Amino acid sequence: MTIFKIISRTIPFLTLFLMGTAFAAEHFIPVTSYRTGPYGVSGAPAANGYVDYLKMINARDGGVAGVKLAWEECETAYKPDRFVECYERLKNKGEAGATLFQPLGTGLTYSVIDRVAKDKIPLITMGYGRTDASDGRVFPWVFPLMVNYWSLSTAKIKYIASLEGGLDKLKGLKIANVYHDSAYGKETGPVLKKQAEMYGFELEGFPVAHPGLDQKATWLNVRRYKPDYVILRGWGVMNQTALKEAARARIPASKIVGVTWSCSELDTIPAGKASIGYTCASMINPGTHYQVFQDIIKHVHDAGNGTGPLEEMHNQQLYRVGVLMGIMTVEAIAKATEKYGNKPMSGEQVRWGIENMNLDDARLEKMGIKDFIPNFNVTCADHEGSAPVKFQRWNGKAFEPASDWVATDQNIVRPMIEASAAGYASEKSIALSCN
Amino acid sequence: MIYREAGQFKTTYKSDQAILPIFQDRIAMVLMLLFAFIIIPIFANDYWLGSILIPFLALSLAALGLNVLTGYAGQISLGSAAFMAVGAFAAFNLQVRVPEVPFLIAFLWGGSCSAAVGIIFGLPSLRIKGFYLAVATLAAQFFIEWLFTHFDWFTNYSTSGVITAPPMQLFGFAIDNPLNKYFLVLSIVALCAFGVRNLARSEIGRAFMAVRDMDIAAEAIGINLMKTKLLAFGISSFLCGLAGALWAYVVLGTVEPQAFDIARSFEILFMIVIGGLGSVSGAFLGAGFMILLPILLNNIGSVITGAAISTETIAHIEYMVFGAFIIFFLIVEPNGLARLWQLGKEKLRLWPFPY
Repeated sequence: MTIFKIISRTIPFLTLFLMGTAFAAEHFIPVTSYRTGPYGVSGAPAANGYVDYLKMINARDGGVAGVKLAWEECETAYKPDRFVECYERLKNKGEAGATLFQPLGTGLTYSVIDRVAKDKIPLITMGYGRTDASDGRVFPWVFPLMVNYWSLSTAKIKYIASLEGGLDKLKGLKIANVYHDSAYGKETGPVLKKQAEMYGFELEGFPVAHPGLDQKATWLNVRRYKPDYVILRGWGVMNQTALKEAARARIPASKIVGVTWSCSELDTIPAGKASIGYTCASMINPGTHYQVFQDIIKHVHDAGNGTGPLEEMHNQQLYRVGVLMGIMTVEAIAKATEKYGNKPMSGEQVRWGIENMNLDDARLEKMGIKDFIPNFNVTCADHEGSAPVKFQRWNGKAFEPASDWVATDQNIVRPMIEASAAGYASEKSIALSCN
Repeated sequence: MIYREAGQFKTTYKSDQAILPIFQDRIAMVLMLLFAFIIIPIFANDYWLGSILIPFLALSLAALGLNVLTGYAGQISLGSAAFMAVGAFAAFNLQVRVPEVPFLIAFLWGGSCSAAVGIIFGLPSLRIKGFYLAVATLAAQFFIEWLFTHFDWFTNYSTSGVITAPPMQLFGFAIDNPLNKYFLVLSIVALCAFGVRNLARSEIGRAFMAVRDMDIAAEAIGINLMKTKLLAFGISSFLCGLAGALWAYVVLGTVEPQAFDIARSFEILFMIVIGGLGSVSGAFLGAGFMILLPILLNNIGSVITGAAISTETIAHIEYMVFGAFIIFFLIVEPNGLARLWQLGKEKLRLWPFPY
C-alpha cells in the first residue's frame, strides 16, 4: 500500500522540481485572476485589462527603467484556499521574488494578510479589501488604494446630497441600503449609521441572501419603505437582479446609487431598460478616449497580442479597472526603481514604491493617464490616499459622467479606521510604525 | 508473493486483535508514518507544506468524520461543512473570550460544540432515511451559515464578519511557520485516523455498520437505534468540527462563514464517495484525489504549455478531467479508490499467479 502511495506522491514532487524556471532579469508580477467560478465573468475582463496594460508597458516603454515586466497568471476561482495556493506558488518566482499581489477580492485578501507581513510582499487592494488597512501604521504591507468601502460610502452620501441641493437637505430623507448579505455587504453598516446620525436622514438596511438571484421579497419591502434613494451594494449577479426587481417594484433607476463593484456593463446590460438612469460610483473616469487606451490598441491589440477581445476595452468597465490595476503596479515599481536602481524590484522595495508613489499631473500626462485617474497621495500612515470618486450614469448604451470628482469625507472615516485598526493592533500585539 | 501471510501465526488474543494483523501491513504503516513525519518535512518546501499538504490533511479529517457517519453508519449528511464552521467559530469564540485557554483545548471545545450541534441536527435521522435525511442535513448547512453571518456575536462584532485565529503557542513553541503547522495537523489527523480505525472494529463500530446495513434488523437484535445514530452524528460532527478549527487556525488564518458553504459540503461528500465509503484510507485517498489532482493538473498544465494556453482553459480542462475521472471511478469501481486498493492487495497475495 505504501509503495504506491510513495510513488504517486513523488511524481508530483518531481514535476514541480522540474518546473522551477527562473525568469531572467525582469520584474515579476503575479496576476492572480479568476476567470472561472461564480465571479469569472467579472474577473476575466479585469485580468485582461491588467495584462494588456503590462504588455503595453513592455512594448511601448521597454518595461520599467529598462527592465522588462514578466507576469504569470494563476487561477483562483475566487476561492480563498486556491488563492493561498497561488500566492505560495508565485511569491518567490522571478529574480527578486514577486513584486506585489492584487487579489481583487476581499475574502481572498483576508486569507493572506498575515502572511504578507512575514513574506514581505505588499498587497494592493484597490477599492476593496480590509478597510482598516488604510491605517498604514498597523498594516504596513496592505494598501487599499484610492478609496475603501467606508470612504466610498461618504462620497455616495455627498453625491446624494448634491442631487438634493446640499448636505443640510439630507435631513428627513429616507435612504434604503440594499446590500449583499456577506461580510462585504455589511461593512458599510457602521459608517452609514454614523452619517445618518450626523446628517439626520433615515436609514434602513435590506440584506439580500447570496448569490442574490431571489430579490422579489426584498424589493417589495423596499417599496413599502418608500425611500427617497436606494444604495445598491452588490457583487456579481445580485446587481442585475436588483435593477430588474427595482423596476418591477416601480422604483425608478435614477433613485438607485451603486458602489464601484455594482458599476459595470455586466450589471446594466442584462437588466435592459430597467437600468437606464442608474448611477454608480467609479474610481476612474468613464470613456476610452484617454491616451493610455490608444497606446494599448496600438502596441498590444494591433500587434495581435491582445489578451482578450478588443471590444472589452470599450464595453467593460472592469477591463478599465484592470488597466487601473496595471497602472498602480507599474507606478509602484517605477517609483521603487527611482530609489533602488534599474534592476528587478523585490516586494520590499515595491512597498516603498507604493508608499511614495508620485501621481502628480506631469506624471499622469507622461503615462497617458491624465484625467483617467484622479490625483491622490499615499503616505506611510494613510495607505488609502483618499482619492475622489466619479459618479457615472448608464444611459442605455454606455456610462456617461454624472458628476465631477467627489471627494470622500476623511473626517468621518479616518477616526473609525484608526479605531478599528487599533483593535487589530492590540489583538495581534503590533507596534505602530511610521513614526 | 509480497503479501504472503503463510507462517504468520497468532498465539495470543492480543496479537490476533491487533489493528494491523499482517506483518507486511505493519511495516507499510511504519514506513508511511516515517515518510510523513520525517521524509516529507526534510524535502518539502513551504509551498508544498502550507498550500498542499496541510489543506489535504485538514480536509481528510473532515472526510474521515463524514465517513464515520455516511460510510460506517449509513446516514447521508450534506451538512459537514456546517459542522466544520461550528467547530471553527466555537474554538475562536472560546479563545477570544477566555484568552488563557490553550488552543488545543479550544480545538476540543470546538469539536464538542460541533458534536452537540450535530446531535441536534441528527435527530431527524431517527425518522427519515437516505435522500430525505440528506435534505434535512442541508437545513443544518444553510441555517448555520446564516447564523454566523447574521449574528455578530459569533464573529466578536468584527466589522467585516470574519474571524481571525489567535496565534497558537504550545509549551513556548510558536506554531506559525508551515513546518510546525504541518506537524500539528499531521499529529492530530494521525491520532484521529487511528481512533476511527479502532472505532470501526469496536462494538460501537459494529453497531454503526449494522444500522447501515439494515436498521430494522439491527433494532431487532437489540441495538438502540437512537443512541447509535445520534452517537454517529456526534462523533462525525466532532471530527468535522476539529477539521473546521484546523481549517480556520492553520490553513487560512482568517475565515468567513462562506468558506464553509454548500460547495465545501459537497466537496467532502465527493471525497468519501470517490475514496471509498466505510474505510479510513478511503477518506485520505478521496481527499488526496480531490485536492492534489487539480493542483497537479494546474502545475503540469502550465509546465507543458508554458504561456500558450490561458489559465482559464487550464481551469476548464481541470474540471473536465476531474469530472471524467469521477465518472470513470464510479463506473469502474463504485466502492471507491479504497476498494481498488483492497483488490490490489488481494492480487498481491497471489502474485505472480494471475488468478
